Amino acid sequence: MSHQEQLIPHGHILRYTFKERLNHWVAAFSYIYLMLTGLAFWSPSLYWLAAIFGGGPFARFLHPWVGLIFTAAVWYMFILWSSQMHFTDVDRQWWSSLHYYITNQDEKMPPAGRYNAGQKLLFWSFFFGGLLLLLSGLVLWFTDYIPWSLRWLRYISVLLHPIAALLTIGNFMIHVYMGVFAERGAFGSVIRGDVSLVFAQRYHPGWYAEIVGNSPPKK
Amino acid sequence: MSQATLRIQKMSAHTGSVPGQGTQREEVVCKLIDTTTCIGCKACEVACMEWNDLPFGKTVFDNTYQTMPDTRWNYWNLILFNEHEREDGSLQWLMRKHQCMHCAEPGCLEACPADGAIVQYTNGVVDFQQDHCIGCGYCISGCPFNIPKLNSVTKRVYKCTLCTDRVSEGLEPACIKSCPTGCLHFGTKDDMRSLAQTRATQLKDHYGFPNAGVYDPPGVGGTGVIYVLHDATKPELYGGLPSNPTIPLAVKLWKHPLKWLGNLALIGGLAGLFIHYLRFGPKAREEEDLVPHEGAQP
Repeated sequence: MSHQEQLIPHGHILRYTFKERLNHWVAAFSYIYLMLTGLAFWSPSLYWLAAIFGGGPFARFLHPWVGLIFTAAVWYMFILWSSQMHFTDVDRQWWSSLHYYITNQDEKMPPAGRYNAGQKLLFWSFFFGGLLLLLSGLVLWFTDYIPWSLRWLRYISVLLHPIAALLTIGNFMIHVYMGVFAERGAFGSVIRGDVSLVFAQRYHPGWYAEIVGNSPPKK
Repeated sequence: MSQATLRIQKMSAHTGSVPGQGTQREEVVCKLIDTTTCIGCKACEVACMEWNDLPFGKTVFDNTYQTMPDTRWNYWNLILFNEHEREDGSLQWLMRKHQCMHCAEPGCLEACPADGAIVQYTNGVVDFQQDHCIGCGYCISGCPFNIPKLNSVTKRVYKCTLCTDRVSEGLEPACIKSCPTGCLHFGTKDDMRSLAQTRATQLKDHYGFPNAGVYDPPGVGGTGVIYVLHDATKPELYGGLPSNPTIPLAVKLWKHPLKWLGNLALIGGLAGLFIHYLRFGPKAREEEDLVPHEGAQP
């Protein structure tokens, strides 16, 4: 899609294509299911969560299958976005200005591109976290097929699966907070696909310049 | 079922207190297996299948006296056979009756995420409650003796119940009743320990087994099944009996420090984000963006 085509009427820019949006929500709904059923198995005081997903045995049956759907969505995200997720000099400056970002002084932030450094970290944490969850999850799924001599695989997995899950849950909470509460307009962008020009200029000045100013694309 | 819950002193994945903790006078029961007088006849295997009405499966012949390589979901009691060559060149046929050890501190119960799927009665018996089991298999990771076995159709785990239906009626387990040599004994833990010690001393003093001893591993708090071994310094010879079984370190780390750190991080993270919003609020109001600033015109 050309930059010109991304500019749409009423002062908006197309930020996410239909494919990107659909895939985001496949990942989102499968992740939320996995997180809630996973938390049910994580703590006895959250075991009631299994009941709202059809009971413990059914939640245990479905959890790995939904895990495969989530894996597929993360893989498609990798295909769609990985080329835009390399860390650049602007990203390094972005990290060192993080306190301005946290205190809502966005005018003092270096010009982020289509994705800021935090979003890139989120992407990679879900990519590698998802990979660890998949590998440890396969061991836990087929735990009764692991021979006694390879039981160390089970021991690694019972630790790795919750550790990777906790790391992704931390990222997930920040992601939802940023998208729904902090950056107004971001949630709409992943539903409708577009953001206002002001949104683009405020949060992604590099990307704004690239689309609107036809400056050379930055990786 | 009120009588049954009163007999439960430990319960898997249970919030709050357990109904039967310290509410009944109860002796801790124990099986004593004297490997030195076991002839490997497998009457106990048959008795287990018969009493518990377990469906038959095919056995596996491997040119030894062992019925199959391992216990199964429907085969809870297996004599493990090892032909051991001693240093003087003589042979020893080692037979060990293998089944759930009924640990005082059960790794299966520790690892289980389903409320009440694994319980320990006040008499020390560790029992699976299949109606609460979700089939996750975490107990398989928690057990240091490789005991819980998953049924791939019902997606539930099964193991020796220590014939809890017989024991609660004052009978000995089926395997004990069937033993023709008297190598199996059943009684209170104290009585069985004392009988085992007497037998081990006898083996040392009169039968030329200087390393004879009792297997009651402290790493899992002691077990509800104890062995007399000719050589208690090498339990591995007896079908891989672990010399110092404990709940796997990974399971302990997962269920204690990681759980508390994780819960703290989850609650702290939610609270932190909420407080951040109270302090700083949204970065900008969306309605502002619908009336573009001058500088934002394309």
